[in-house]
Amino acid sequence: MNYVFQFGDVWAARWDLLWGAWLTIELSASAMVIGLVVAVLCALSKTMGPKPIRWAVDGYIEIIRNTPFLIQIFIIFFGLPRAGIYMSSNQAALLAMVVNVGAYAAEIVRAGIESIGRGQIEAGLALGLRPLQVFRYVILFPALSTVYPALCSQFILLMLNSSVVSTISAQELTATANDLQARTFRSFEIYIVVTGIYLVLSMLFSGTFGAIYRAVFARPGARA
Amino acid sequence: MMRHFGPAEALFIIEAVRWTLLLSAIAFVGGAIAGLGVAIARTAPSAWLRDIAAAYIQVFQGTPLLMQMFLVFFGSTVLGAGIDPLVAAAIALTLNAAAFLGEIWRGCIQAIPAGQWEAATALGMRHLARMRYVILPQAGKIAIAPTVGFLVLLLKSTSLASIIGFVEITRAGQIINNVTFQPFLVFGLVGTIYFLLCWPLSRVSQMLERRFGTVRR
Repeated sequence: MNYVFQFGDVWAARWDLLWGAWLTIELSASAMVIGLVVAVLCALSKTMGPKPIRWAVDGYIEIIRNTPFLIQIFIIFFGLPRAGIYMSSNQAALLAMVVNVGAYAAEIVRAGIESIGRGQIEAGLALGLRPLQVFRYVILFPALSTVYPALCSQFILLMLNSSVVSTISAQELTATANDLQARTFRSFEIYIVVTGIYLVLSMLFSGTFGAIYRAVFARPGARA
Repeated sequence: MMRHFGPAEALFIIEAVRWTLLLSAIAFVGGAIAGLGVAIARTAPSAWLRDIAAAYIQVFQGTPLLMQMFLVFFGSTVLGAGIDPLVAAAIALTLNAAAFLGEIWRGCIQAIPAGQWEAATALGMRHLARMRYVILPQAGKIAIAPTVGFLVLLLKSTSLASIIGFVEITRAGQIINNVTFQPFLVFGLVGTIYFLLCWPLSRVSQMLERRFGTVRR
């Protein structure tokens, strides 16, 4: 092996890479929050909605879960402009991530909602809670608490998958790395450092999820 | 020059399915062999074996598959020999699949009730014999459903090989889209092919889940 490792160019671009990492955090966190809302709405319509809506949601979930993320990005980024809908690559990336994670998380949330016994809901109503309160305190909160770990691994998978949006030149960590690679040709050095940054990011997200769990679901008075 | 999207273009994409299937097959077989090793190491009596396996899983599940592919692809140049995109993709997917399967199978191994482990130990079996004759045959049954489910994930993951230039169906779709500029048609077709490959597997996985999902005590 005669290769000489040179990390000088990577070090010189450290601020660019950190900025890229921040963009990845921003993009992923936005997709997680919006995706969770989509997931809860889908899970609700799948468990309680009328038949046609149920079928539509079922179709959405099955199609997204059985096709690659990359194809979903291409259809959104290259296909939608042909239908007259124009977006920047970052908007397309966010939309693709939301559409993708929404379907996976919907199945997870649905499993949580289905784990709530009918008796719980009836007891809530019998105690005089309004339907919206029953939904919030008896269905949604315990359901999310039950499926929280599965939801978090799905979200971390989403963050890692976000590296794929660099193919439509959305600005995030991998795209920053690709630009740097094109400028300096130090491919291996760049990608090993960026892989390390992703590893740190996934630990950071997983630590944050743990803190959120303790603050929201495990505080005194919250039911597990 | 703009080309029309006709039967020849569609056929070009459909024929590339074999490369997607080949890559999936290599990664699955390689990943299964290595993954079994990871799962056994992860549940081994020796602490350092468990730690190494845990670190392996953490690294490969905590970094993007795309980066793993780039590292294998560009890393081969570092070692002095550039490799074919197929080989690079196959190696990266194998290493990645080993981590995921290792973690899935660890769960299946640990789901076997403690009484089975104790009984095997009481019969004087050492760790590997205990695994081979008592634990794995039972764990194998509950492992089938999640393993088929993982196969769906793996099939979809092979699409990333297109980024390092391996011509499977996603890359074939990009090539055709570049000359026809019919993204809805082209990627719609590519997506449909993936769906036809993945959806039956997903259904089988769900069916198996209901049948073998629980451990018999």
